[in-house]
Formats: sequence, structure tokens, C-alpha cells
Amino acid sequence: MNLLIGALTIGLILALLAIGVYISFRIADFADITVEGSLTLGAAVAATLLVAGVPPIWATLAGAVAGSVAGAVTGILHTRFSIHGLLSGILVMTALYSVNLRVMGRSNIALLSVRNATDYADALASRLTPSGRPLNVMGWDVATRDAAILLSALGLVVIVSGMLYLFFRTSLGTAMRCTGDNPQMARALGVDTGLMVIITLALSNFLSGLAGALLAQYQGFADVQMGLGMLVWGLASVIIGETLVRTRRLGLAITGAVMGSLLFRLLVAIALRLGLDPNDLKLITAAFVLGALILPGMLARIRTPKREAPHA
Amino acid sequence: MLEITHLSKTFHAGTRNEVRPLQEVQLNVEAGSFVIVIGTNGSGKSTLLNAVAGTFLPDTGRISLAGHDITRWPEHRRARLIGRVFQNPFSGTAPGISIEENLAMATQRGTRRGLGWALPRSLCREFQERVGDLRMGLEGRLDTEIGSLSGGQRQALTLLMATWRRPELLLLDEHTAALDPRSADNVIRLTQRVVGRDNLTTLMVTHSMQQAVHLGDRLIMMHGGRIIHDVQGAEKRNLRANDLLARFDEVRRMEELDAGAAEMLRRAYI
Repeated sequence: MNLLIGALTIGLILALLAIGVYISFRIADFADITVEGSLTLGAAVAATLLVAGVPPIWATLAGAVAGSVAGAVTGILHTRFSIHGLLSGILVMTALYSVNLRVMGRSNIALLSVRNATDYADALASRLTPSGRPLNVMGWDVATRDAAILLSALGLVVIVSGMLYLFFRTSLGTAMRCTGDNPQMARALGVDTGLMVIITLALSNFLSGLAGALLAQYQGFADVQMGLGMLVWGLASVIIGETLVRTRRLGLAITGAVMGSLLFRLLVAIALRLGLDPNDLKLITAAFVLGALILPGMLARIRTPKREAPHA
Repeated sequence: MLEITHLSKTFHAGTRNEVRPLQEVQLNVEAGSFVIVIGTNGSGKSTLLNAVAGTFLPDTGRISLAGHDITRWPEHRRARLIGRVFQNPFSGTAPGISIEENLAMATQRGTRRGLGWALPRSLCREFQERVGDLRMGLEGRLDTEIGSLSGGQRQALTLLMATWRRPELLLLDEHTAALDPRSADNVIRLTQRVVGRDNLTTLMVTHSMQQAVHLGDRLIMMHGGRIIHDVQGAEKRNLRANDLLARFDEVRRMEELDAGAAEMLRRAYI
């Protein structure tokens, strides 16, 4: 049961990353590898501020804002200096590795003994069950602290998803979606597409930084390597989510990304439990995303019989 | 209204692929004038429209529109003054977004977009009315993605979107060339209606001699990046398709003559 709760909590925290990847990959049509650096940056900034005694809520927000700055830099490199999108992301990600080391001063920071966001959940737990006895869920004992953290994470993800859904229905949000869908049309209707790309990437990396800040506090440490492979991780969640909801419609797609992240994390927990070598995890994740990217096209080719090219 | 002076553009300058689609183009379009632009392939018609729309910046020359010098304005800023319909019916609409959200984008052409709702209720009724006017049966399903519509439907919507806010200048770049004859007829009728109703200043590129003869109150013919004919008034009204074909023949003969002369010179001197 603890394994399940842990998997779901991490799944929810990384759902923020998955929504961020959905925004850059599907809405802006931009494979943004900056998230690998911005996730760590969010964790590094939050951890450093927490150690300095900053209240967890401000430290977490600062981590998210730092992430959005990184995203904006990628956007500026891409749109104002016409650097290829993927390369802009790689440049920023690489630079962030050093930045993160500078921010933290070393390669990792422990957070178990400092006041952090999980303390809010503790407070919530003690208010819900003053006795401190474990909850009984379907015959399993669950520590109230774990349950409170899970519920808080769920609440946060619901609030963030709802706000994003509303945001993408505003004029600005719609202009951002049009820019990713058809930049030529967006420009012809007076949208500064470059600015839209910058804002979209800032938003996407804000979520990535937020996920990093929360993940560090949940697992009790920030590490300079923690962002590695996170883009593919997010992509896997987005793709699983799209398979689950079978639509690209905005509201359902965001829900799908959250569900995809949860399901993916559960699958990982089960696979590890069954004896999967953790070292193989990234290989399997990458193979999964590869399969999800190429399989639909291959299936379509198999299903439609070959026809001769029509005569002009 | 629209003043183009000494407009020139060279692509791939200094390479073997150098092309000069615009050479010292001069054009002055009065307010409310509907100008047809014709010419052979590569004559510079579409490039002229793109130069006005701001897809690229010209090498030399000046473009002014409705009292603004827009020569150095970026494309999205010019959209405040200009409505556009492209040759490709897929270019003018965002496929993954609903019809009503596409229209909502158009209602704000060239304005600042903030955090207000993209789709206020009051707009939806107006959308239904004006989409209903198109008589394509789309008014009942404004929430479907535009990507599921046919090219003709999308082009009609693009035209509606380009003119939702009255533009100072409407640019139509062979906007019926990729459509089947019936859809093309529909879009042309809609074009006449919209341009006539709002008295829009319009530049329309076409390959159709029929459209060139029947539409517009002025016709310019381009060749080799220059305007070689400019017909207006009674002369435009009396213009027949055969006259235009004769002028195209003339251009071709001129080209053959040029090629022949070049060949002769080459043989004589090299």
C-alpha cells in the first residue's frame, strides 16, 4: 500500500511536468528539452531557499519561476535568433547543468531536516485526524501523513489543470494554441508568433520547475541529475494520456496527461517491484515512446492497401 | 490608399539560383479599388502580395498603406490593416481548433490579446448568423474542428475571417486555384459580395481568365517582376478573355525573341 501511495504521489507531482510537456509538445508543437534542466533548476532553487529558511510556499514558487525564465530563454534563442528549436533547448539545458551546480553549491542538497512543503501536509493530517492513528483504507493501514500529501498533490494538480484550461480559453491562450497549430494563420491575424512561442515555453517550464521543486521536497533531496530523461518521461505520459482519452480536445487532453503520468508511474512501480533493474528504466521508457511515436503510422500503412499513384 | 514605390527584391543574390521577382515595381491603388493581378508563373504576382503582407522585407522601395509607412513593419503588425486569403485552403485556418475559436481569433485581428474570454456568449450568436449566411450548413456545428471541413468550406471561412473586421486592404492570392469548380464559384460569389458590401480595397491574384475579365475595376499584368500592363476604367470593363490571351501570347513571343537573341549572341561571341 505504501508503494502504491508513493507511486501515485510521484505520479501526481510529475503530472505537472507532463502537462508542461503537453503544452510545449502538443500546443506549441515544439520538442523542448529545456524541461530536463528546468526541472532540476526548480528543485535547486527551491532547495537552496528552503535551507536558507524561506517559507516553503515561496521557495516552491521561486523554483517554478526560475524554470519559466529558462523556458523563456529557450524561446528567445529560437524565435529572436532563429536557432533550431531542439538546439535552443539543448543549449539552455547544458548551460543549466552548471547553473544548477552554482545555485546549489554542490551536487545535491538534503531537505529532510528543513521545513518544506510536506510540513503543510503534516499540518493538514493532524487537523484531519488529531489522534494520529493510521487511516484504514480497504483493510490497509495508511499513514495519515502519506494520505495528506497525496491529497494535497491531487488538489494542486486539479487546481493547476483547471487554471490552465481556463487560461487556454482566453484570447491570449487561444492565440497561443493557434500559433502552434498554424503559425501562418496566426501571423495573418496579427499574432506575434515569436512572442507566443516564448510565453508558451515559459509556461511549460514553469510547470516543469514546479514539479522539480515539489519532487525534491517529497523525496527529501535535490540532485543535479534529477532532470535526466524527464522529457521522454513527460512524453510517455502525454502519449499514454492521449491513448486513454482518444482526443486532442483541450480539457480532456490535460486530464489525459495527468492520467498518463499516474498510470505510467504505476506501471514503473509494478515493473520495479517485479524485479526490473532500475538501470534499464530509461532504456525501456525511450523504447516505449519510440514505439508510441512510430506504431500509429505503421499500423495505418498496414491497414490501407497499397494503391497506385493517381494519374494527374 | 496603397502606394508602392520602386519596390525591388532579389532572392538568393549572387548565386546561380538568383531570382528577381520584383524589379522597381510602382503601383498606386485608390481606396475602394478592386485590382486583379495576372501574369505567367514566376512573374512576381504572389511575391508582390507577400511583400505587401510583410512575409519578407523588400531590398529597396517603399510601401505605404492608409497613411502608414509599413515598409519595415513585421507581418503581424501589418495584419492590423490587412486581411488575407491564401492559395492553400489549409493556410488560413487553424485545423485543430474549433470553427468558433478560429472566428474568435479573426474578430481580434491586429488587436492586443489579453486574458478576456476568447469566446464571449454575445459573439456566438453573431457567428451563427454570419456563418449561416455562407449557406454551407456549418452554423449548427461551430464547435467542430476546422480540420474536418473541406477545402471549399475552409476557404469560405477564411474569407469571412479576413474581412470580419473591415481591413484597409484585402489580399487574395489565387484563393480559388486549389478548389473544385463549384467551391471556387461559391468563394468567388462570396468575394464579390463581401468586397462590394464593404467597398474593400482589394488586390486579387488569379490564373482564371474568366475571373480576370469579370471581376474588379482594374487589371494589372506582371511579367519578369514588372508591371507590364495596367488596364482600368472603360477599357477594363470592355476587356475580353481573348484580349488577355493575346497579351499573354505577346509576352511569350517577347520571351522567345529574347531567348533567340541570347542564343544568337552566344553563338556569335562564345
